[in-house]
Amino acid sequence: MTPPESAAAENVLETRTAPVAATPDMVSRGFDPASGHMLLNMGPSHPSTHGVLRILLEMDGEKIVRCEPDVGYLHRGMEKVAEVYGYNKFIPYTDRFDYLAPISNNVAVATAAEKVCGIELPPRAKALRVIASELGRISAHLLGVGAFAMDIGAMSVFLYCFRERESIYNYMEALTGARFTVSWTRVGGLSRDVPPGWLDSVKRFVDGLPKRVERDIEELLTTNPIWVDRLSGVGVIPKDVAVGYGLTGPALRGSGVEWDLRKESPYLGYEQYDFDVPVGEHGDAYDRYLVRVEELKQSCRIILQAIAKLPDGPIDVQDHKLRLPQKRSVLTSMEELIHQFMVVSEGPELATGERYFGAENPKGELGFYVASDGTGKPRRMRVRGPSFTNLSCLPYVLKDAMLADVVAILASLDFVMGECDR
Amino acid sequence: MDAVMNWFGTPVGSAVVKVLVVGNVVPLLVSFLVWLERRVAAWIQDRTGPNRVGPFGLLQSFADLLKFIFKEDVLPGHVNKPMYLLAPALAVIPPLVALAVIPFADRMMIADLDTGVLAVFAFSSIGVYALALGGWASNSKYALIGGVRASAQLISYELVLGLAALGVFMITGSLRLHDVVTDQANGLLIDGTLRDGFLPKFFDWNIWKQPLGALLFFIAALAETNRAPFDLPEAESELAAGYHTEYSSMKFALFFLGEYAAMVAISGLFTTLYLGGWTLFGAENLFAGTPALQTAWQIAIFTGKVVFLLFTIIWIRWTVPRFRYDQLMDLGWKRMLPISIGWLVFTALATWAYAQHVR
Repeated sequence: MTPPESAAAENVLETRTAPVAATPDMVSRGFDPASGHMLLNMGPSHPSTHGVLRILLEMDGEKIVRCEPDVGYLHRGMEKVAEVYGYNKFIPYTDRFDYLAPISNNVAVATAAEKVCGIELPPRAKALRVIASELGRISAHLLGVGAFAMDIGAMSVFLYCFRERESIYNYMEALTGARFTVSWTRVGGLSRDVPPGWLDSVKRFVDGLPKRVERDIEELLTTNPIWVDRLSGVGVIPKDVAVGYGLTGPALRGSGVEWDLRKESPYLGYEQYDFDVPVGEHGDAYDRYLVRVEELKQSCRIILQAIAKLPDGPIDVQDHKLRLPQKRSVLTSMEELIHQFMVVSEGPELATGERYFGAENPKGELGFYVASDGTGKPRRMRVRGPSFTNLSCLPYVLKDAMLADVVAILASLDFVMGECDR
Repeated sequence: MDAVMNWFGTPVGSAVVKVLVVGNVVPLLVSFLVWLERRVAAWIQDRTGPNRVGPFGLLQSFADLLKFIFKEDVLPGHVNKPMYLLAPALAVIPPLVALAVIPFADRMMIADLDTGVLAVFAFSSIGVYALALGGWASNSKYALIGGVRASAQLISYELVLGLAALGVFMITGSLRLHDVVTDQANGLLIDGTLRDGFLPKFFDWNIWKQPLGALLFFIAALAETNRAPFDLPEAESELAAGYHTEYSSMKFALFFLGEYAAMVAISGLFTTLYLGGWTLFGAENLFAGTPALQTAWQIAIFTGKVVFLLFTIIWIRWTVPRFRYDQLMDLGWKRMLPISIGWLVFTALATWAYAQHVR
């Protein structure tokens, strides 16, 4: 045996058994191998990173010294897709943003396109969009709270939440034909009106939901000493820091900032509905949990009001350059046939203009900056995903936390990587 | 034939039979327990649970076991081989051995040791090595953290477990578990006369004489068996699978078996120490005429109590969230340990005062 070979073999053994192998890359990021700290790579495939989030943790024992989030594993070029396919054909892609409330994304993107050229929807369409996106919010918050509980170890709550979400999936199926990827809205209207009896059964479901949430979630968690110990004082985001990082949604309101786009710049007639915006006190994970549960109940209130005063009438704007004409007239009249052909192949004809529109989605402000050049396709569509901005505070909020707090904090921020990476 | 039957009558022969029976029944009980856990969890969570393999899905565990046996036995390249192979074995053996001293019927135990419970504690201490070694030998960070957590947790809570159980032995005056059981079946001495009706016998159970001790013992037992809310070593939301992250196929199944066997053992110990073991307010002598039936009846009583405890443990697991590491340590060292020492002193004083009074 020649000496170089044995040295090489020894090296291989050493790297294979070395407990901490610091790569040059990590050193360049400021990791000091002599510090005795441990580098722990969490994700992109990890049970509690809720998707493909990767976090590099530098740990001293169980304590986090430094953290570096790494996003982008689920990037699919959504903005470019919008420019290539046009407004209506982009709607199915928005199902894959925050896939826990696909219908809310549909509503947001269609409303954004309409805002560019000031299209005014018929009142029935507005109310139906409100009902649908609030159902989406309930569905997303149920999963947010449920997955939160599961990460802390209370698995049963997760399944109770899923039982409720199952009903919402059924309503989505009845409304749109799809349970998950609903693609319900169109620019200038909706793909279809509610089926007979749908509103009544949604009303029954929403009527009883706050009681069931209290029984199945709050009684098990809110006053549970283990749950309170695990969450209070963990992942504190002060008011100014939350605003500084541009957090939105429950993550911002949990820090005590009363900011809800449904109140601040009402769209779809949200100003007609009577609801409260819950805010937290301390900005910790426990407050974010409380805010989410309360928002769930407020959404129920909104839906009940919207159903009670739902107006009759059309669900589409009566402009055939935007929405398809009646099928019967398409078969008999030349003008309508041309409209149908143009709307389907070229897309709805929007006015020229640029406009940013932000909708208050379950995770926060889902914003679309739409630059329309008068064709069926946007010249540019920029998407502001709330999950991305909410995750930006991770290095701040994870510092000095325990390893077990990482899952609590991640779950309390309630992000969806589909929306973050787009 | 007679020679064979006579041999069974000898101490060695009967011990061999008992070992064979216990050694086979416990894994059966474990497979039943896994099924019970999944069915109870499903019941709590509004689901169905396994119900396809065999009646009520009872054979599901055996199907899973077959799957484990036929899976490829992966040996990762970066592990410390001897320790890595030793750890699963160490996880299974201690709880099985600990069962040897627990009486499951009158005079029915594999080893009637004078030191009884000390042996149980000694063996359960060895179980720490399985977790620590498994985590360390895997040479993986998640497994390492799991292993460190496990050893710290088990060592801390063993103290409370031992101190809580001491009260029982002060009352009984013996470490032999058989004596502990019979002592709970006498009835109460009230106004100088021995009352041995249903109620006095019921309140003769140590759980009424040692309520706080029993509570402490039960909580520490949950921590000792890594059950929720103390399941940190394998907290799947943080550590993937904790100390057994790098294990697969039958080696993983051994960890699994060990954990559930430990649950059975600790429930058996709790039953013996606090719930009167195989006695049932005099009803344990229902079939005094036929010894075989009597023994079976007492085993049934014992098993019933154990299954009740196991159900409680499962019930707790699917209800509460998980502690954090530092909170767990605080609870163990700053709260439960002082309380158990205080309770021990109180028990000692009370026992002394009672002895003075009776004399």
